Amino acid sequence: MSVDTATVAKIAALARIKVTEAELAAMVPELNGILAWVEQLGEVDVAGIEPMTAVIENQLRLRDDVIDADPLTGGNKRDAVLANAPAAEHGFFGVPKVIE
Amino acid sequence: MSDLTELGVAAIRDGVAKGDFTAVEVAEAFNANVAAAQPALNAFIVATPEKAVEAARMVDADRAAGKALGKMAGVPIGMKDLFATRGVQTTAASHILEGFTPEYESTVSQKLWDAGAGMLGKLNLDQFAMGSSNETSHFGNVVSPWRRNDGGNAPLAPGGSSGGSSAAVSARLCPAATGTDTGGSIRQPAAFTGIAGIKPTYGRCSRWGIVAFASSLDQAGSMARDVRDCAIMLEAMAGFDPKDSTSLDLPVPAWEAGLSADLKGRKVGIPREYRLDGMDGEVAASWEAGIAWLKDAGAEVVDISLPHTKYALPTYYIIAPAEASSNLARYDGVRYGLRDLPEGAGLQDMYAATRAAGFGAEVKRRILIGTYVLSAGFYDAYYTQAQKVRTLISRDFKDAFASVDVILAPTAPSAAFALGEKSADPLEMYLNDVFSVPASLAGLPAMSVPAGLNSQGLPLGLQLIGRPFDEQGVLDAGLAIEQRAGFAAKPEQWW
Repeated sequence: MSVDTATVAKIAALARIKVTEAELAAMVPELNGILAWVEQLGEVDVAGIEPMTAVIENQLRLRDDVIDADPLTGGNKRDAVLANAPAAEHGFFGVPKVIE
Repeated sequence: MSDLTELGVAAIRDGVAKGDFTAVEVAEAFNANVAAAQPALNAFIVATPEKAVEAARMVDADRAAGKALGKMAGVPIGMKDLFATRGVQTTAASHILEGFTPEYESTVSQKLWDAGAGMLGKLNLDQFAMGSSNETSHFGNVVSPWRRNDGGNAPLAPGGSSGGSSAAVSARLCPAATGTDTGGSIRQPAAFTGIAGIKPTYGRCSRWGIVAFASSLDQAGSMARDVRDCAIMLEAMAGFDPKDSTSLDLPVPAWEAGLSADLKGRKVGIPREYRLDGMDGEVAASWEAGIAWLKDAGAEVVDISLPHTKYALPTYYIIAPAEASSNLARYDGVRYGLRDLPEGAGLQDMYAATRAAGFGAEVKRRILIGTYVLSAGFYDAYYTQAQKVRTLISRDFKDAFASVDVILAPTAPSAAFALGEKSADPLEMYLNDVFSVPASLAGLPAMSVPAGLNSQGLPLGLQLIGRPFDEQGVLDAGLAIEQRAGFAAKPEQWW
């Protein structure tokens, strides 16, 4: 499978990355080179093989269902959470108008 | 006093404990080397000399008070700038995280400070750890301290993604550094710079507070000048962490105390699929030397087959970008990092403009590949197929480890290349990870140790791959090679 300019533009839109026409033109052959190369996986016989989900057998744990189970990542951390926000306002994350 | 910056982790720890020198003297000596080398090597994004001295003062005070000292007491280290450090900028070498100052400390870095280590600074790397040459950093290339012996002085790649770490350790800017390995990012830079580096079993070191690249592959490890130093530092870094859902709930073995270069009764596998057509003759010769050294240490050497080896790289370059495209969705210009808000733009335009301005070309390339292979209609053909092949690659290792204890292979297909030599073609750069990616896909412990110099005067590394949880077997075989290789070369100081 290969991608054309329209497909790459669509992927970029899905990935929320703005690209210029010049960038698109450069990306199409690069991505096609990579995709053509990974295509060789199609020749591997995977009949009856399960896709890997955990590289080392491990039971996923659940933490205790209590408030502030970990004081470091628990509640009452508003100021710490907002400390690196580019536009924190009135204790919230500020964003441009969403609803027209 | 002899030059303290020639000492490694064990020598510093023991010397501080005995009172041969103080931790502050050590920190100041390394601080001076960091500052002097920065203009030429660019190994650090931020230097934190005051942090190194502050930690050293506490160790000296603890010693004076007769308190027990930690495993890394008095050892100043470099911290790859992928680990969140409270109050110190953490960027993953990206523009999008420039200025990000974490409110929390990563588990691994906290463990190192608790063990008595101090921070010399945050080390440069490939942007979001995506690269094999440290040429994708927003903060500029790291230049290897090594040069070819042809007099040309071409600036060489320190490897990647832990290129700041490898350059700093080999140039004596720090005795040890943290690294992270997703597809070879500890082992390949270690090989390129003549140092040792180990990636433990997936899950040994907590990923909490490490900027995520590909979560099913990312694993922290230690980089230092010898095997013992790697073992000491890894002991301090590893351990169960409930804040990482894939953290291994296992005790941390005493790897340093367990070190033994006597390999009698051990079997070493030589994978025939790693003998590539047109393989670099000097790399092949160093592999042969490694085989002879392990035999000399008492091991039995056997040929093995890892039949799906050739599919490891394409598998990796589907899975890693897929996970990256998902992990890097968090950089949206809202919660932290860069925001680019064009005049009159709405929320969606802000996302797209922020990410266009904040990510470098290689990061964008991988996000696009990842988005494509996960998109409706292509998911099964690419992503599911890759995860199935990953199962087969992992099974190859499992089958091999039924008859051998450890696997020996080259770390990289060549010695260090020059900066700019491979950066024009992404595929050619990817191929540099051919020997390191399979162990990453299988989550296995693996390390690189220096084997010697090639005819250009550049280091070559040998790689040891072990069973899950058998870091000791990897370290022991590494030690056996280290003792026989007698690698004492270091870059001649030109910076």
